[in-house]
Amino acid sequence: MTRRRFYRFLKYLFLFIAALLSLFPLVWMAVSATNASVDVVTGRLLPGKHLIENYRKLSQQANVKLAMVNSFRNSIVATFASLVVCSIAGYGFEIYHDKGKDFLMRLLLLSMMIPFAAIMIPLFMMVGKFGLLNTTTAFVLPTISTAFLIFLFRQSARYFPSEIIEAARLEGMSELGIFFGMYVPIMRSTYATAGIITFMNAWNNYLWPLIIMQSKDSIVMPILISNLIAGYVTDYGVVMLGVTLSVLPTIIIFLLLQNSFAEGILSSMK
Amino acid sequence: MGQTLTLRRRQSLIGWLFIVPASVLIFVFYFYPIVRALWLSFQTGVGVNLQYAGLFNYQRLLSDNVFKLSLTNVFIFLIIQVPVMLTLALILASLLNDPTLKFRGFFRTALFLPCATSLVSYAIVFRSLFALDGFVNYLLTALSIIDKPINWGGNPWTARFLIIIALTWRWTGYNMVFYLAGLQNIDTSIYEAALIDGASGVTRFTKITVPLLKPIILLTTIMSTNGTLQLFDETMNLTNGGPANATLSVSQYIYRLSFQYSPRFGYAAAISFVIFILVAILALIQMRVGDTR
Repeated sequence: MTRRRFYRFLKYLFLFIAALLSLFPLVWMAVSATNASVDVVTGRLLPGKHLIENYRKLSQQANVKLAMVNSFRNSIVATFASLVVCSIAGYGFEIYHDKGKDFLMRLLLLSMMIPFAAIMIPLFMMVGKFGLLNTTTAFVLPTISTAFLIFLFRQSARYFPSEIIEAARLEGMSELGIFFGMYVPIMRSTYATAGIITFMNAWNNYLWPLIIMQSKDSIVMPILISNLIAGYVTDYGVVMLGVTLSVLPTIIIFLLLQNSFAEGILSSMK
Repeated sequence: MGQTLTLRRRQSLIGWLFIVPASVLIFVFYFYPIVRALWLSFQTGVGVNLQYAGLFNYQRLLSDNVFKLSLTNVFIFLIIQVPVMLTLALILASLLNDPTLKFRGFFRTALFLPCATSLVSYAIVFRSLFALDGFVNYLLTALSIIDKPINWGGNPWTARFLIIIALTWRWTGYNMVFYLAGLQNIDTSIYEAALIDGASGVTRFTKITVPLLKPIILLTTIMSTNGTLQLFDETMNLTNGGPANATLSVSQYIYRLSFQYSPRFGYAAAISFVIFILVAILALIQMRVGDTR
């Protein structure tokens, strides 16, 4: 019995240490955002009073407001465009499927094995050729359509009852009307899942904007925080405030919609 | 009959209209660029002044020590980090799968939370934690474990260790979620029967959990390998590839060749094509596995 108790104790100890190690960097980040750099390097782990001071310094070094606005605009446009284009396609591939469309779907799935690093140079050249450098359009265009999302919506359309479609057709609804009027409202949870994943990917995208967003006006949050550490002297309070601001939106989404988030991750194995 | 046939055809046509925009975008932004990258890899020159050079870039690749080092780095990360992380994720998932566990929701959220952070931001947090005057050195000296601060980013192996620690922090919870989902599909009566037979926790783990989760373990292995091969944000922001390229990843090398030095698009494209081949082989294995499941 005592041995079993000991194992139980070990189990909880292990889990608590794991949870602590998992949370600590984030807690440290948030706490350090409110402290002066001197306090951060001397190991202060309590919230301080330098938050406003840090924000003032951060604003002097970088245009946080602009980066936030740009990041939100790019991510929202990317998410909206992506959901519309991919869900219509996913629905089309399932509801009207025939040999030709099934073949095309299999072909599109092959795009999932193309790593971004392999195509970034041609993409950059394309964007440059069309004069789209530093634009939201350039940021969004290559990320709108992904085989993963099309596949996700195709799978969900499989559970869309065909009786509904038949009934709606008899009532004279147009095909596009059925999609927007019947499918979209029923599949809200799929849209939530897909939306979270797409938004987070767009928000966190670093390499693509690093290449194409070269002007000061088009700066986004990942680039901004990456620039903060480029100098010789690092003000930890300021850097951590920048990082905290950049992860805040995704952490809030995560905490509110943890289950949809997990589902989105898991849908890649279905 | 003729009436229904035209109706069918009309619907089929509408179906094509539904799928055309997405398909065109994938052809333009995935398939065309990969073909273009292949063509580019047979060309040399600076910037956009390119000319055909056959296999020159691929020959150059074979004698490029930086490329070899970057590939070696990625494989070092792969061989050490992926098994450690997946084992840890598997253990955590099987502990969390116990419905009688207290604070289960808290543990799950805490372990899963790192997934909500962007790669750049957590890389910067780790860089600051492990800086020369950072918190880790402060703690270790305060506890008198070391007498002077360790220059984590300054030595090849401590820098690699740093990348490995950071990657493990970010992705363990992610993989744990896959295993948790897999464990929910395992019939609890198997565990009950094993308990009656007197199987210990370790035996149940190695004899039931691991074999039954095999397909998912394979899937997560492939995903992690794929991710590691494309490593960029972390090495860029945590160690900037240093010291002396000891943590330089292949993607970062491509980036340097194309956008930091005088642009060698042809040569960079040759390297990127090597990554493509490696990733494609992995994806094919993944599909095979997916089919047999």
